[in-house]
Amino acid sequence: MNHTPIPFGDPAFLESLRRQMLRFAVLQLSDRTQAEDAVQEALAGALKNADRFQGRAAFRTWVFAILRHKLADALRQRYREAALADEDDTQHWFDDRGHWRPEARPREWGDPEQALHDAQFWRVFEACLQHLPPHQAQVFMMREFVGLDTKAICATLDISVTNLNVLLHRARLRLQTCLENRWFAPGEAPHAEL
Amino acid sequence: MLNCEQATRLASEGLDRPLTRKERWALKLHLLLCRGCRRYRRHLEILRRISRTYVKGAGDRD
Repeated sequence: MNHTPIPFGDPAFLESLRRQMLRFAVLQLSDRTQAEDAVQEALAGALKNADRFQGRAAFRTWVFAILRHKLADALRQRYREAALADEDDTQHWFDDRGHWRPEARPREWGDPEQALHDAQFWRVFEACLQHLPPHQAQVFMMREFVGLDTKAICATLDISVTNLNVLLHRARLRLQTCLENRWFAPGEAPHAEL
Repeated sequence: MLNCEQATRLASEGLDRPLTRKERWALKLHLLLCRGCRRYRRHLEILRRISRTYVKGAGDRD
C-alpha cells in the first residue's frame, strides 16, 4: 500500500473490503492475477477520494462501482484479444509438432533485387497486402510502412505486446507465402491458396 | 530445442525488438539445422526491404 491515508483509520476494514472485492473479481474474471490487479487499481482510485465519503457504506458502494468498471474493461480487452487471435492460426504452415508442412516450407527466392524494379511485382505485392486479414494488414503497415515501434502500435490499438507479435508473425507468414506463390517461386508445386 | 513455428516467431520478433542472448542462441541453433527456417529468416529481411522500397514510392511508379 502507498502513502494514501487509510480511511476511517481502520486497516481491518480495508482488508476485509479488499477480500470481498477480490472474491467478486475472481468470480468475474476466473484469473487471480488479473483480479488482483483490478482490485488494486479500484482501491487505489477510490482511496484518492476517500475523504469525500461520510461513511463506510458509501465508500464501499463507490469502490465496488469502480471495480465493476475495471472488470468490464478487463473482459472487453480479453474478448477483443481473443477475436484478434482467432483471425486465423498457423496450422496452414506448421503441423502439430510445429514443423513446416512440406507444402508450406519456404522455397528459394532467387534474386529479389530484380523484383524491386518491376512494376508488375508491385501490383502483386499490393494484391498480397489486400489479402491479409484486416488486423494483420493494419499492424503490418503501421510497423513496416509508418515505422512505428511496438510500444506506439500497442498504445494506439490498445492491444498487448503478445497480441501484436502474433499478428505481425502471421502477417509476415502470409505475405511470404503469397509473394512466393505469385512471384518468387511460382509453378513449383504451389502452396495451397490461403 | 525450438520447433519451426517457435523459431519463425522469434525471427519475426527479432525485427521488432532486440532478442535476449538466450533467444539469439536458441534461434541460431535452430537455423543451423533447418533450411526452411533459414530461408524464412532471409525472406523476412527481403520483405522488410520490399516494404521500405514500397514506401519510398517505387511502388507507385509504373
